[in-house]
Amino acid sequence: MSVMGINWFKYSSPQAFYPLAGRLIPWFAAAALGLIGIGLYIGFFVAPTDFQQGEAYRIIFVHVPAAWMSMFLYVLMALWAGLGLGLNARPSFMMTQAIAPTGAMFTFLALLTGAMWGKPTWGAWWVWDARLTSELILLFQYIGLILLRASIDDQRRADRASAVFALVGVVNVPIIYFSVRWWNTLHQGASVSMTASPKMATTMVTAMLVMMLGFWMYSIAVTLARMRCVIVERERQPSWGKHAPAPDVAEVRECSGGV
Amino acid sequence: MQWGSLTEFFAMGGYGLYVWTSFGATALCLVGEVLAVWRRHVAALAGARAVS
Repeated sequence: MSVMGINWFKYSSPQAFYPLAGRLIPWFAAAALGLIGIGLYIGFFVAPTDFQQGEAYRIIFVHVPAAWMSMFLYVLMALWAGLGLGLNARPSFMMTQAIAPTGAMFTFLALLTGAMWGKPTWGAWWVWDARLTSELILLFQYIGLILLRASIDDQRRADRASAVFALVGVVNVPIIYFSVRWWNTLHQGASVSMTASPKMATTMVTAMLVMMLGFWMYSIAVTLARMRCVIVERERQPSWGKHAPAPDVAEVRECSGGV
Repeated sequence: MQWGSLTEFFAMGGYGLYVWTSFGATALCLVGEVLAVWRRHVAALAGARAVS
């Protein structure tokens, strides 16, 4: 397929993706740094004090973006897993592998910052609330996925097993998202939604959205970087050094088939 | 801006412990992950060279 004279399929091969990702990472990293910097500035110096929660509410600027990323990344990971199973495409499985640790980290952060927010506002670090419990299960899913892959030596079997695991587990994401509506437990409802105007001051929403964009850029940068690690680990090519030219795809396929 | 002094800023209206633990843990995790990926890349390249 050739749109605008560019062969887009070229970049779906690990050999072409590797240098492309290397060129993209600095841009996404810079965007992440800039956005998180601006988000922190608005969050701490522009957004006013909350009339009910005082300064404790400022945890929202890391809590909500981390929680959103934990769910976004899971869906994205499951999409790559489905694509991998459907097309039997190794790079898609590699994306699944590259996203999982970042998703697990954001899930952990969502739970930790949630505990830090829960203690002063609810009086408890943890309650078995629907939202908290389903988010904890998401953390176990990420960890299970990583351990499942690590426990299978044959890469193709590991790819398929973890892809199926990721796809089955995606059912938990809508449960997390709608948990605050389906069960009336402790966790508050959505602060920002597509259908209603935000329940917060504009500067608060702005800070939160800018932080979320920053976390997105960070996730893209770090996932691309991990993708490069995965490519080198799985292809085991001696020519991956910085200045060596990318080898031909056919040649690499032959080599990796024998390893 | 609502902070009169640096002390006031770090106190966060009495919620300093919770607010700064949240932001500190997030910063640690993000920086730690970047370092971990960087080290993994260096190790992977070394491993690839060893194979050749």
